[in-house]
Amino acid sequence: MSETPVTAVPTIRVQEAGFDLAAETAALSAGRADVGGIASFIGLCRADDGLQALVLEHYPGMTERAIAGIAAQAAARWPLTGCTVIHRVGRILPGEGIVLVLAASRHRTAALEACAFLIDWLKTGAPFWKREEFAGGAERWVAARGEDEARARGWAERRG
Amino acid sequence: MKILYFAWLRQRTGTGEENLSPPPEVTDVGGLMRWLSARSPGHAQAFADPAQVRCAVNQDFCGPDHPVSSGDEVAFFPPVTGG
Repeated sequence: MSETPVTAVPTIRVQEAGFDLAAETAALSAGRADVGGIASFIGLCRADDGLQALVLEHYPGMTERAIAGIAAQAAARWPLTGCTVIHRVGRILPGEGIVLVLAASRHRTAALEACAFLIDWLKTGAPFWKREEFAGGAERWVAARGEDEARARGWAERRG
Repeated sequence: MKILYFAWLRQRTGTGEENLSPPPEVTDVGGLMRWLSARSPGHAQAFADPAQVRCAVNQDFCGPDHPVSSGDEVAFFPPVTGG
């Protein structure tokens, strides 16, 4: 079989509702037999320091556009048969999922690398902001981490 | 010009969106930030540390040297923290 990249249409959703890993994974291989591997990443809400909830804000319109741009970069770099990015907004409780990233390809390396690329860039290249709520009403905006920025920038120097 | 604020910039300015007509001498994002800072104490507080403010013009990330003009949608926000 050839290694010709398949033009994949990414699934991108920004939503308040939770997501279903099994259903989203199944959708990437439904009705086709050319998918050899699907890599996944799920970001979860931790209860650090007594956190009671995370509240995620975003920039409607730009968010979807930014994620589509990141997905297009991944598809240009790796021969993906599909990819899925679902990012929740609104109030998220400890233990709940925040973000789901799936990357599907004929082979594992492309799927795993593209999945890592997508989450690294989602952290630094899409307009979301997290606010932490604590017991007693205290709240604070999460500060950006320099290491996240460095990881995303690092993809420019690597060759996938 | 449509100005949007997100996260703590929205809280400090007290608004998520305002439609404004900056004077002609405001030609870029940096100039717009300085002009907006003078609108209220909350705006001044929001823009007090420009190194902590990021910007998008017409929904594309850009730096302080990016030009702005009357029909633009200009958004100000902290460094992003999604994922």
